[in-house]
Amino acid sequence: MTAQLLQIEGLGVAIGATRIVKNLSLEVRAGEILGLAGASGSGKSMTALAIMQLLPQAAVITGTVRLRGATLSRSEDEMLEVRGRDLGMVFQEPMTALNPLMRIGDQVAETLRLHRAMSASEARHAAREALDLVGLTGEQGALDRFPYELSGGQRQRVAIAMAVVMAPPLLIADEPTTALDVIAQAQVLSVLRELVRTRNMGLVLITHDLAVLKQLADRVAIMHLGEIVEQGLTAEVLLRPRQPYTAALVAAASISPKGAARPSNAAAVLQVCGITREYPRKRRSLWHAAAPLRAVDDVSLCIHAGETVGLVGESGAGKSSLLRVILALERAQSGQVRLLGEDFSAAKGADRYRLRRAIQAVFQDPYGSFDPRWTVERLIGEPFFLLGTPPSPLERRRRVAAALEQVGLSAADARRLPREFSGGERQRIAIARALITEPAVIAFDEALSALDVLLREQVLKLLAELAQRLNVAYLFVSHDLHVVRALAERVYVMQNGRIVEEGSTETLFGSPRHAYTQALVAATLKLQVK
Amino acid sequence: MSAAPRNSSLIAGALLTGLFVAVALIAPYWTPFDPRALSIAGKLLPPSAHHWFGTDQLGRDVLSMIMAGARTSVGVAALSVLIGLLGVPLGLLAAAHSGGIDELVTRGNDLVFAFPALLLAILLTSVLGPGAITAIIAIGIFNIPVFARVTRAGALQLWTRDYASAARVAGKGRWRISREHILPNLAGLLIVQGTIQFSLGVIAEAGLSYVGLSAQPPTPSWGRMLNEAQTLTALAPSLALFPGFAILLFVMGLNLLGEGLRRRTERPE
Repeated sequence: MTAQLLQIEGLGVAIGATRIVKNLSLEVRAGEILGLAGASGSGKSMTALAIMQLLPQAAVITGTVRLRGATLSRSEDEMLEVRGRDLGMVFQEPMTALNPLMRIGDQVAETLRLHRAMSASEARHAAREALDLVGLTGEQGALDRFPYELSGGQRQRVAIAMAVVMAPPLLIADEPTTALDVIAQAQVLSVLRELVRTRNMGLVLITHDLAVLKQLADRVAIMHLGEIVEQGLTAEVLLRPRQPYTAALVAAASISPKGAARPSNAAAVLQVCGITREYPRKRRSLWHAAAPLRAVDDVSLCIHAGETVGLVGESGAGKSSLLRVILALERAQSGQVRLLGEDFSAAKGADRYRLRRAIQAVFQDPYGSFDPRWTVERLIGEPFFLLGTPPSPLERRRRVAAALEQVGLSAADARRLPREFSGGERQRIAIARALITEPAVIAFDEALSALDVLLREQVLKLLAELAQRLNVAYLFVSHDLHVVRALAERVYVMQNGRIVEEGSTETLFGSPRHAYTQALVAATLKLQVK
Repeated sequence: MSAAPRNSSLIAGALLTGLFVAVALIAPYWTPFDPRALSIAGKLLPPSAHHWFGTDQLGRDVLSMIMAGARTSVGVAALSVLIGLLGVPLGLLAAAHSGGIDELVTRGNDLVFAFPALLLAILLTSVLGPGAITAIIAIGIFNIPVFARVTRAGALQLWTRDYASAARVAGKGRWRISREHILPNLAGLLIVQGTIQFSLGVIAEAGLSYVGLSAQPPTPSWGRMLNEAQTLTALAPSLALFPGFAILLFVMGLNLLGEGLRRRTERPE
């Protein structure tokens, strides 16, 4: 019989009058992975912070948390001992979880030296072992590297090394792979699984991504509005959900792939010909200029009227740089962007305005996409600037209202400020803004990454419907192959600044030819809910 | 959520600053006595019900002089902050155009920062003659690169926001986006910086008038009152106390106000 490692009974968290977590009970055994899933705002992270007792002062915690049978004390002094030694934690954002001014070896060793009297060289030795354990061996995981020298996936593995260096019996990971691309995600997940197996550690894995749980968790608990609505063995809960909420989550997560591409005899609306974009690098010395960083290397692609095209690749592949060149936000060193058959990159004056109307964009961050001081009406109407004769105030209001209704919001929302809307609603507003000039192409830069599964499915449906109704083409830039697979008819795969493969969604996912595409697809296919 | 925590430094700072600015505004129209009226018979009187702060070596009413001095202090500091605001468009320009213009503005800032302020004030005095105008120009010139730097740093950050990209996709030029999106979102930052520069201006004016480079007699100023009182410390110690406390309290008030405003603008939406 395996002993209960973590027992939570009747846990409640309240801030003021708002009850964030209600009467939650959970158990985790040694060597077991418990997945805690739910939409954003369901109280998952609050539960994790309550176990660690890292909640803000204003929060009131009720109920008991027992670790190996002993009730965790509420005293901060005693928790200082427990955190790190008995409970490890990994946070979502690898970019901010590490101290940017500290070498990674020192950061990993810090936990050790806080808890045990140990010499600097012993601590370094232990840090080396912990980094080897998470797969950061050799040059990659050199102890004297700084966080900025590492990729997101490598940083997240450093964070895991910090959490497990003391070999705690229980690890809590809060959305550890949400900010990572598929390949980095696959690496981090396998590191976690390996740790649980070799150390007989318990793991509470918090995520909104059911596909991740399907792959990793032994048992799952589904949270909704601060309560656990369903829990049980992973396969049972995901394949035969008993609660309607679980069923909705599972349905939203298993997006069906887009059907075969229409035979495309439509005219090309966007042609990208031989784009190369270089960024200058810091000079090595006064006399030696460093070779520039080639972010986009001789890329050509083409989108036809009404077509949905995906552009995938891991972070740093040059997708965003290419997109910024296409949108004429940055100038390319060589190559040409042609819109509606005309040269957009060289267009000047009125031509430039006219062509700009044909391409609009939806950006990644639903919170940073809007000037916080502007009303929705003014924000959506901003592209009217591109029209030779701006519409009258009445006409303007009418068209903004129409655009709002098109994306499923109401005309009355025009007078509100962006902060009054949720993330999903904001992405709808961004889509309305992109639609207002009736463009031929809309570019999406990771536009759905910040949304959880339920919202993502709604926005995907909306986009599919709009594409059909308005015959607008989409260029969908993303590291999330699920989304691209669900929406795109054709996909370009980008690696190190080059397009390495192109094909219809079906053939590309069915029989990828390039080694990199095969790796991407393999990493994604493992992560399917059904 | 509970109510926002009370911002006590904002309240205290606003009250102190408000008091001095109000005194500065009243001073030209009303002071208890004429701050320039001499009375040899009534010199060096200690504080009394009649002369609250006493009189100086020439029999002038110290309270009236402090009030009139507040006007000089507030006037010089405020006008030099206004001159400093010229740095805002420079900073916006530098942030909007990376490369040559940015380099030019940044190096220009460094150049001004490399000069000691007092040296420039002495230089200006030899050209323009000593006076409040000289002080305003000397302090104002040093405010320009401060505002340029703060604006550039803030604007560079805002330029990375997606709404700046969205505005460019909407066809707007860099200068137009600077005016419509960047500047309004920097307002809080600039108001805080303005308050801080105001308090530094008060200190700088007191310093310059102490060495005789700012407002000339008979215009009262706190720095000169301190200078004149210095020789009489043994005879009338309270004489140096009043202008000293006036400078201290006003600068403290402005700093508290700046701190309070900073906390207020930093509070998330």
